Amino acid sequence: MSVLATIRPDSWNFPLLVHVLGAMILVGGVLSAFSALAFARGDARLLRLGYWSLLAVGLPGYIVMRIGAEWMYSKENLDKLPDDPTWVGIGYMTADIGAVLLLIALVAGGFGVRRLRTGKGTALLNVSMGISIILLAAYVVAIWAMSAKPD
Amino acid sequence: MTFDDWILALHLLSAFALVAALVLFWILIVASRNVDTPGPTIALGRIAVVGSATIAVGIAGTIVFGVWLAISLDAYQVWDGWVIGAIVLWAIAAGTGGRAGKEYSRAFDRARELDAAGQSGPDSGLLALNRTSQGLLLHTISSVVTLLILIDMIWKPGA
Repeated sequence: MSVLATIRPDSWNFPLLVHVLGAMILVGGVLSAFSALAFARGDARLLRLGYWSLLAVGLPGYIVMRIGAEWMYSKENLDKLPDDPTWVGIGYMTADIGAVLLLIALVAGGFGVRRLRTGKGTALLNVSMGISIILLAAYVVAIWAMSAKPD
Repeated sequence: MTFDDWILALHLLSAFALVAALVLFWILIVASRNVDTPGPTIALGRIAVVGSATIAVGIAGTIVFGVWLAISLDAYQVWDGWVIGAIVLWAIAAGTGGRAGKEYSRAFDRARELDAAGQSGPDSGLLALNRTSQGLLLHTISSVVTLLILIDMIWKPGA
């Protein structure tokens, strides 16, 4: 694999940068959201910050990551293989299930922020926080799979 | 999977921790721009603790596992230009990032002082510390240099 990395064609580099940078921004957004929601202790400003971190940083990061992923997938001709390698499968599974979880967290958080205005509690934002920590754990596995590329 | 594959995975996980923490600090910088009272500043400081721990893992992990890989893999050497360049950039990013952290921690210290003195209202000095242009500049340099490291790692010029 290291040898493959050495001989990676230059034309793959920019799509890889887009993919990795998007993924890093996604992880940063989700980490920020989790931290703000976990340490809010009922503080409405921090609860809103947590939600907006997920919406304004995490979601764009996901979109950039996914565009880079598809670009790399086609550059590496992985779409021409009969079956995806394990590491690609793990990446896709994390991205697809992660997208659903991210959307659930955003919808729950959106309603949660609205409920804050009427003082109806933070239960929905706690759902977003719970999903955020699940996403972070899944991203650790995906980063491991993308870099170590297990068979 | 070889042992080097595991080290590479740890190197990348460290890089993700580093950039994720930079993103977290950007969010805190933007969020604190209009904060002039101790309570919210102290609250943001609680999140900064997570960022500080994450960036420490990222800073240490990237250099330790990166140098380990450069020594362990036959394809690369520690004295390769792109590796030396990355180490120099890493030192600049760590140095400027650390100084940015010190700049912003002055706001948290001031907020704690005000809180201890029983002052919970707006304070122009606290607002100025939360808006520190020196801290913003240093964090921007640290972020741009980290992006350059990422570009260097992917393109590996001269390898």
